[in-house]
Amino acid sequence: MRRSLVALSMLLSLFTAAVATGQEEEKPKWPGVDETVVGKYAEELGRPARDPYINTDQGDLLLFLFALAGAAGGFVMGYYWHKVFVAGKREPETKDRE
Amino acid sequence: MTKLRNFLPLCAGLLLIPRPAHAMHISEGILPPGWAIFWFVMAAPFVAWGVRQITQRKQADPSYIPLIGIFGAAVFVFSCFPIPVPVAGSTAHPAGTGMAAIFLGPFASVVVAFISLLLQALFLAHGGLTTLGGNTFSMGVMGSFSGYGAFRLGRLLRLNLFWSAFLAGVTADLVTYFGTSLEMSLALHGTQPFLSVLAQIFLAFMPTQIPLSILEGAVTGGMIVYVQKHRPDILRKLKVLGEVAK
Repeated sequence: MRRSLVALSMLLSLFTAAVATGQEEEKPKWPGVDETVVGKYAEELGRPARDPYINTDQGDLLLFLFALAGAAGGFVMGYYWHKVFVAGKREPETKDRE
Repeated sequence: MTKLRNFLPLCAGLLLIPRPAHAMHISEGILPPGWAIFWFVMAAPFVAWGVRQITQRKQADPSYIPLIGIFGAAVFVFSCFPIPVPVAGSTAHPAGTGMAAIFLGPFASVVVAFISLLLQALFLAHGGLTTLGGNTFSMGVMGSFSGYGAFRLGRLLRLNLFWSAFLAGVTADLVTYFGTSLEMSLALHGTQPFLSVLAQIFLAFMPTQIPLSILEGAVTGGMIVYVQKHRPDILRKLKVLGEVAK
């Protein structure tokens, strides 16, 4: 059961990744649920969203900031991952030997 | 297990597709001032208690700090990178708070969600400063506590670790979006029946969110199985696996 779930998730991941990269070439904009749900209902109910106070959605700046955020988040996660699962895993063994 | 090990980096790789987020956070200006303040007031005690708990726990156990680093960064990355859902033709993102609540505790997970949402509102034009309280309440408070509750319920029902965490991931994700729908419908239903507006908004999220919540459940389940295999002492400390080893 678990194996089939993992296989299914892997397929889903691959499929969504493939669509994500393919989609950018054919159709640059894929609406998010903020537009299709949050924005749509907010507008229908008479309270549309306004521009952010700090509007970084200017040209490619937002894309750059997302790439930067991804890199920073990935670095922090990787750094602590190493600390916990690589260095941290060796630590108890060293203590045991002592 | 090898498949699980391969699966985690694959999911992490997905997160590196740099595309601006279009997701569930309530955008700037949507909540009227009264409701915006109300949700700030509702979220503030959870954030304050979470900060207190983090301070106490890191003093008692320094190994708690790297866990905050991992799961804090995970919540930030999860909650701002959109994943396309082909069946719905739109993108959305997981919350990550179910996983953070299991490993950090639900109050600490609220703090992590608050900081992530603040950074996103400040630099990524994602969410908003006036809606920060509302977004913190839906993703941080509702997501973390429902995810943690689902995990504990799963353990009480004697589900194994994977399925308990799977349940936590799915629940946290769906409850977060329920929270967003609730906040919007409470503030904006006007003369329309509240329940009808709530149902409309929540159901509109579902085609995108059901597949994503399953993915989030699988990632949460995979993560806990990974930790069980590589650092079972962490789960013992968190009292997920029996007592603390002496």
